[in-house]
Amino acid sequence: MTTIDYTKIGLKVGLEIHQQLNVGSKLFCSCQPELFKEEPEITFLRRLRPTQSELGQVDPAAFFEFQKGVKILYEANHKNACLVEMDEEPPHALNMDALKVVLTASLMMNMQPVDEVHIMRKTVIDGSNTTGFQRTSIIALDGWIKVGEKVIPMQAASLEEDAARKIGTEDEGKTIRYRIDRLGIPLIEVTTAPVIYSPLEAQQVALAIGRILRDTGKVMRGLGVIRQDLNVSIPNGALIEIKGVQELELISTVIEYEVQRQLGLLSVKEELHKRGITKEALKPNFVDVTDIFKESKSKVIRKAVDKNQKVLAVKLAGFAGLLGKELMPNFRVGSELSDRAKFWGRVGGIFHTDEMPNYGITPEEITAVCKAVSANEGDGVVFVADVAENTQDALKAVVDRAQEALIGVPAETRTAKDDGTTRYMRPRPGAARMYPETDIPAQTITAELIKDICANLPEPAEKKLARLMKQYTLNEKLSKQIIDSECAMLFEDIVKETGVAASTVAAFLTETVKSLKRDGIAVENISEYQIKALFTAVGLGTLAKEAAAEVFSWLTKNEDKTVQDAITTLGLKMFTETELEPIVDRIIAASKPTIEKNGKGAFGMLMGVVMKEVRGKATPELVSKILKQKL
Amino acid sequence: MSELENSGYKGRALRLLRDADCQVGDIIRITSRGKTYEGILIPRGELGDATNIIIKMKSGYNIGIGASEGVNVEKVGVGTKPTFASSPLPKQNSALPHVIIMSTGGTIASRVDYRTGAVRSAISASDLYGVVPELSEIARVDTEIVFSIYSENLTPKNWKELAQKVAEHINQGVDGIVIAHGTDTMGYTSAALSFALQNLPVPVILVGAQRSSDRPSSDAATNLIGAVKAAGEAPFAEVGLAMHETVSDSAIVVHRGVKVRKCHTSRRDTFKSINGFPIAKVLNQKITMQNSDYKRRDTSKQLVLKPDFCEKVALVKFYPGMDPAVIDFYVNQGFKGVLLEGSGLGHVSMFCFEAIKNAIAKGVVIALASQCIWGRVNMNVYDTGRDLLSLGVVPLDDMFPETGLVKLMWALGQTSDPEEAKQLLKTNITGEFVSRTLPQEKTVYGAQ
Repeated sequence: MTTIDYTKIGLKVGLEIHQQLNVGSKLFCSCQPELFKEEPEITFLRRLRPTQSELGQVDPAAFFEFQKGVKILYEANHKNACLVEMDEEPPHALNMDALKVVLTASLMMNMQPVDEVHIMRKTVIDGSNTTGFQRTSIIALDGWIKVGEKVIPMQAASLEEDAARKIGTEDEGKTIRYRIDRLGIPLIEVTTAPVIYSPLEAQQVALAIGRILRDTGKVMRGLGVIRQDLNVSIPNGALIEIKGVQELELISTVIEYEVQRQLGLLSVKEELHKRGITKEALKPNFVDVTDIFKESKSKVIRKAVDKNQKVLAVKLAGFAGLLGKELMPNFRVGSELSDRAKFWGRVGGIFHTDEMPNYGITPEEITAVCKAVSANEGDGVVFVADVAENTQDALKAVVDRAQEALIGVPAETRTAKDDGTTRYMRPRPGAARMYPETDIPAQTITAELIKDICANLPEPAEKKLARLMKQYTLNEKLSKQIIDSECAMLFEDIVKETGVAASTVAAFLTETVKSLKRDGIAVENISEYQIKALFTAVGLGTLAKEAAAEVFSWLTKNEDKTVQDAITTLGLKMFTETELEPIVDRIIAASKPTIEKNGKGAFGMLMGVVMKEVRGKATPELVSKILKQKL
Repeated sequence: MSELENSGYKGRALRLLRDADCQVGDIIRITSRGKTYEGILIPRGELGDATNIIIKMKSGYNIGIGASEGVNVEKVGVGTKPTFASSPLPKQNSALPHVIIMSTGGTIASRVDYRTGAVRSAISASDLYGVVPELSEIARVDTEIVFSIYSENLTPKNWKELAQKVAEHINQGVDGIVIAHGTDTMGYTSAALSFALQNLPVPVILVGAQRSSDRPSSDAATNLIGAVKAAGEAPFAEVGLAMHETVSDSAIVVHRGVKVRKCHTSRRDTFKSINGFPIAKVLNQKITMQNSDYKRRDTSKQLVLKPDFCEKVALVKFYPGMDPAVIDFYVNQGFKGVLLEGSGLGHVSMFCFEAIKNAIAKGVVIALASQCIWGRVNMNVYDTGRDLLSLGVVPLDDMFPETGLVKLMWALGQTSDPEEAKQLLKTNITGEFVSRTLPQEKTVYGAQ
């Protein structure tokens, strides 16, 4: 991979950071803001109808799904959803604690709060909201943060409700399952202006924003609670909206891959022009080639043919060799076509000639398919196996996408994968239609409220670093790690409440946890409450600090168990003075010759022997005390 | 200027807007605390802090900016007025049944101005086809706006007018009538029409919505499709009420007009058949009858219109410690009938006996239904019941109080003679009495 000069190619990135707030309940009702793993207790079926606006703006993807008769099956349980999430009851009043968190973050980012908050309905009809709209509101506008030496303008901070989680599709794509536990969890959304010019810088800005949000002390922790959306564009390319980057460390990779993808698509466009391909050459002429595969050895195709489904093929003039061109790791031009086919045609995937022979499909079958669609050497062929309606829709989407290759990069919304690559998600929605949520009165933000929040703003990271170093006599490295690891507040609480040495707590929360995570321990399973209980035991002397990591690891694997359970199960109960005395006596007796030879000088050696035997079950202070008495 | 005066703005905000010559819908720029905000001027609701000016920004969001000292407002551009473009009428298929959709107002017949959130009444045929294009495949639809009234503001005079208009349409020969109605009092109207429109040749179906039709999740379209289907094709000819069977967008049930009650403040399946079962169900465009006992569709039948209701009828709910002076009050006010909502099997306190006796002596008809809603009154079980019967109170059997009230209004609308009215009350006019109550298997608002 050659290095790319991002400034030279004119990369522009804007960030939208969404973070779940932890204020004990949802934004418009009192349900517990958490997700459930069990089978749903309640399910219900809905259809969302695209409402036609005066401006004729209907989300094309949603309208298409509606026409296809797509239904949504919602899943719920009693703890995490009530009639409000089911759209069976109007929303309750706005959660004021959530509003205060957003105001706090806004003021930390030098934004100006509005004087009156109006909740809006943003039309979203993919099923992720039972209402067909997301409730959202602007809380503050126009601020800035400093990242390194650069001032990054912040556009807005919003407070909105999180959406339902998609669980899957069934019934040949005609039914989509969503779980409404996540729906209604309060989210803060922070947007920057598109003034970020390199992948690395984007990551640094996201880190800085994330840190500010964590400093409010009221954001959720764990997987999936923060989602970073990126708006990426390069000249001659397109503005691509990339949704749902969950890991901060992925941001630069996602942007690098997206730039590669756009540059790749631009070179495909050039090549197609060179080959003299026009839109007219890419016709939606579909040919039924089911008969060719009657005796096929390909499992996928056979399965379809046996179910009486169809195999449909289309010629893509001039695409030979281009379908296999890699745009991102393991992602080719063929994958671009495949993503569209999956979305619009509800198929599992497509086959194309650049990857053939493969999947048990023989060269003879390929030759026959090419012949059936009159494809020549320079042409590509795409074919797909599914129910007739789906194959039609899929190939139509493939041809549409192939035509777009002539223009370059189609503007679209993409979703980020764990490896940093992105996949097609849906067409870019038109200007979002928003209208007032008339069920919730406007909320005035009074000068008193702002004054109150200003008086209690969390300290900025730089100040906090200096304070941690001074107050807890920690070195700079450890203090920085504490701040970076999102646990400054927890650290201070533990030190204050348990009296355990600050350096011990700090080293555990940063280095120990990091190394456990590296060893594959699911550290996210442990709640702050459990960590506090762990150090409470250390502070009380009922658990040796050396055994803390072992207890922590055990707790990750034993949900719903306590620190006390861990100590008992792992046999880490501390020796009492009376229990220790016989051990010390035994060791002294066994070491008689050495003691006689060295006198008091044998103390160090004896400490070592006793501690070796009782490590993790007795504090050195206690052992030393007994030993001194005995000698 | 009148528009700005009516926009809800007051005081300093109004002054600033007036001085800058701004109208609702104009693009304005507000400068406050060194920041500028640009957007379309939005009217204020009647509630809220009138010192803030609301604009809709380019992003679509509304925000309120305070019109405090040092704030500046200027007009940047003239906005466009919202227009409701109607979609063209689809081709009418002459093979389909002819259904009239009459609108009285309410959630189902409203549209929203997406710019301001203002709701307006709209139910022209083209509006309907625009919102629910499937209708053109179910029936030939004509529409009539009868009222644009929230259902809580309807009165028995409106019932009469509505019944007369329905009769006109039926006499001209249609295959069915659908009435779009606010859900709050739709149960009262369905009972009223059941008594007013007798010997119906075709169905009359009331329909409403619990979620406004601006929402993609609105139940309006599904309910309307079910209602039109039933009106045009169902084999029964009664007054029915069509709404969601459950919280799912699947089956629409048609309840019998005199046996249906709004039972939940917000759920889609708010209407339930009380002491009985729905007449029919519409699922996937198919009608299945739920009840073998119904009056058949028969266009040769001659409609009998009896649209008069007496408004001097009161509904009095009994509660522990109720002062009998409440009953005296109605008698002194010249009321002709009182529907007592008694406790349990049909009781009111013995402290009320004197007042009831006096009322009946003055020619006031006293009827009694149970506040339990579900079940039948039986005034022979306890002494209190027997005493009330001997005073001349008319027990309304398995009728729940609201239908009982409507029937009492209707009976006293037919005759001013208390004895004749009592006879009418006791007569089963249109299926309001059902002699057998079967156990209902499904819990009413359990999980679906």
